[in-house]
Amino acid sequence: MTTQAVADPHEFVRAQIRWRWSEVVFWLATLLPFVLAPNYLVLASQIAITALFAMSLDLILGYAGIVSLGHAAYFGIGSYTAGLMSAHGWGEPLTGLAAAAVTAGISGYLTSFIIARFRHLALIMITLGIGLVLVEAANSASWLTGGFDGLQGIHTWPILGKFHFDLYGYTAYSYALIALFAIFLLARRLIHSPFGLALRGIRENGARMPAIGAPTREHIRTIYTIAAIIAGVAGALLAQTTETVSLESLGFQRSADVLVMLILGGTGRLYGGLIGAIVYMVARDQFSGLNPQYWYFWIGLLLIAVVMTLPNGILGGLSLLAARIGKRS
Amino acid sequence: MPPVFGVIFDGAAYGMLLFLMSVGLSVTLGMMNFVNLAHCSFAMLGGYVTVTLMNALGWPFLATLPAAFIAAAAASVILERIFFRRFYHASDLEQCLLTIGIVFVSIAAAAYIYGTDQQPVQLPPYLRGSVHVLGLDLAVYRMFLIAIAMLITVLLVVTVETTRFGAQVRAAVNNQRMARGLGIDVDRLFATTFALGSGLAGLGGALAIQMVGLDPSFALTFLIYVLIVVSVGGLGSIAGSFAAAMLLGVSDIAGKYYVPAIGAFLIYLVMLALLMWRPTGIFGRR
Amino acid sequence: MSENALAVSGLNKRFGSLVVASNVELSLPQGVRYALIGPNGAGKTTLINLITGMLRPDSGRIFLGDGDITIFSPDERVRRGLVRTFQINSLFPHLTALESVALAVCERRRVAETWWRELTAYSSEIDEAHEILSALSLAAAGNRVTRELPYGQQRLLEIALALATRPKVLLLDEPAAGVPRDESKDLFAAIAGLSRDITVLFIEHDMDLVFRFASRVIVMVGGRVLLEGTPAEIASDPQVRAVYLGKARQDLGQVRAP
Repeated sequence: MTTQAVADPHEFVRAQIRWRWSEVVFWLATLLPFVLAPNYLVLASQIAITALFAMSLDLILGYAGIVSLGHAAYFGIGSYTAGLMSAHGWGEPLTGLAAAAVTAGISGYLTSFIIARFRHLALIMITLGIGLVLVEAANSASWLTGGFDGLQGIHTWPILGKFHFDLYGYTAYSYALIALFAIFLLARRLIHSPFGLALRGIRENGARMPAIGAPTREHIRTIYTIAAIIAGVAGALLAQTTETVSLESLGFQRSADVLVMLILGGTGRLYGGLIGAIVYMVARDQFSGLNPQYWYFWIGLLLIAVVMTLPNGILGGLSLLAARIGKRS
Repeated sequence: MPPVFGVIFDGAAYGMLLFLMSVGLSVTLGMMNFVNLAHCSFAMLGGYVTVTLMNALGWPFLATLPAAFIAAAAASVILERIFFRRFYHASDLEQCLLTIGIVFVSIAAAAYIYGTDQQPVQLPPYLRGSVHVLGLDLAVYRMFLIAIAMLITVLLVVTVETTRFGAQVRAAVNNQRMARGLGIDVDRLFATTFALGSGLAGLGGALAIQMVGLDPSFALTFLIYVLIVVSVGGLGSIAGSFAAAMLLGVSDIAGKYYVPAIGAFLIYLVMLALLMWRPTGIFGRR
Repeated sequence: MSENALAVSGLNKRFGSLVVASNVELSLPQGVRYALIGPNGAGKTTLINLITGMLRPDSGRIFLGDGDITIFSPDERVRRGLVRTFQINSLFPHLTALESVALAVCERRRVAETWWRELTAYSSEIDEAHEILSALSLAAAGNRVTRELPYGQQRLLEIALALATRPKVLLLDEPAAGVPRDESKDLFAAIAGLSRDITVLFIEHDMDLVFRFASRVIVMVGGRVLLEGTPAEIASDPQVRAVYLGKARQDLGQVRAP
């Protein structure tokens, strides 16, 4: 057995945190739509918003291991907050985002007390139940939410007073992309912080955590609240850029779609939600002429294929490939 | 008689239906911890088998019921062999996704073959209408439904409590590793139980047409209710499924009747309350 | 003022008609090394679960030093210095050994909730984790992912995790279990090297370990404490021999007291 010099532990940790060139390429590529596909900037802004939402789900699912079928609740709360503010006369976007973050954050914080107490099937059903109850409640409270027809009269003011929302989506995409990138930077920090390590500990072996003195429930409450805030911001972005809010922003469909996107891209890698959102929404746009029934047929097949061949999603498959190439060279 | 008894009667009928559709999932979940979200696709299959046999081939309604059971059971055996078998030790999430994928495909297939409208079914004359009993108008079909479900419940309980097969099922649900250690072929037991449970779901689907209608989204809309019954009742517990199904059936009907404003989501509130009180289900293992 | 590091009195627990703990009394003075032995199913691991709070007793009290910890949560007990290792490795498969220990250190230092600073800024925590690994001859394995480590090193990592919490009382559940003979040297050295500030109770079947390290042996059978005594007393006791039939009885007879 060869005795190697003991690698400097600090260097190892630093190496984990360093930006990879693939990440730099990815973010540069997000600027491409401005140049290559200027007709698709509206779609691009929707993708950026959905990617942000998917990333927030990754924080609780991929990192803390909480399977939630009701995460759209916070997206919807953020959406309605921003929408209601605008519909009642205050359409300033940045304060709208802040308000959405606050309402979604408080809702997430309160719910987190329930979420942290349960596991397995009970937890999945509770997240589902809360989501469903919220949709029905929003439907019933149509005086507030506009019910089935959605909120009317949303008008988003120019950002910082200068940048008007144009028909081509130039402003919308810039706005959404900047928000996505800024929050991504924060999320990346979180992943590489002691808290991120604790989350991975919970995911890897939740039973061991109390045995090393970790207050697991507190950790779960914190990450759940953070994920709710991010989802709320994403919802607000959607409300502001599309100037519509409807029940489907809260609904099960949205929760399920984002889960599919995250699985497609690969959980627990932070970029999985982003990749998954891009692939899913581009595909959906390309096949938008198709009868929705057939869309779900192909998604069903895709899910089966992904689970059977690429359980860690696209990114998982890519890293396996990279490892194999690395072994050969 | 005050209308509350009518509500209880309707609730019981709905509950029985939920029970038939849920008991299979509860037992297989409890035995193998395999999250089969495609369970209601088997129910839907049973429904469409009944529709096809009656409308296209002119079979009498009662004769289609065993056919629905067998078709669903057979389909489950095929799917179990091809797909499910490899995922018994996979994570919950992977099992969910695999079976949801199957649900999506089944919904699309049903829409393609049958279209998206509700399927009409002509009940035989002796099952139509209602009977006047003690001041209440009780629908004959619902009485029939309750009767069949009770019969099946009794059969299930007798099988589980008195036969060797039932004892093996109880052992495997209780402690799979130990059951294997005792020489019980748990894999074959599971395949059999899975087929039975799916068959029951198919039967439930056939019986449900008259009560709640049948269209391709059935596989998803009912899944939610079935999951509620299973999680509230406790995994692997027939008694739990029965109790939960009745509770939810009656709450749902009562809610829609007495408090229509929140009736639609009373069932979710009841589920949330029950799950928070007993996370592993009313009869679940602590 | 009690001089016991850990004391348990009147502990009872049953599952239906199965009694797993019956009126268990135990006291560990500061700094001792006691062994807990007994046939399989005697309730030894259950007792550890009761003491650490993973199981709630039907009745009885548990004292850590002066404080009554009977109602405290498991992680609260760990923060007060009561720590256990697991008979079957309970590690973080995809974390490296260093990350695992660093996590325990961060939790102890209460910095695990800070999400806005990167781990690289916590150099003293990383250094401490590295020192703990080095003390257990695991320094070279630090950057390897846990699931790739050989079993003996995983067992050492199990102890490293416990040490990272700076325990006052350490409960080792069969530390040598499953460790092949050629890898057990480091393990024994690790146990021998445990500071005298730490009070140790270990469950073991390996009589070598018991005789080498324990000053006192507690025998449990069927959920109750059968008797206590020095290793020599226990080895020659006829009741204990009766309890351990066959090969084990021969082991007890053959091992020479140090």
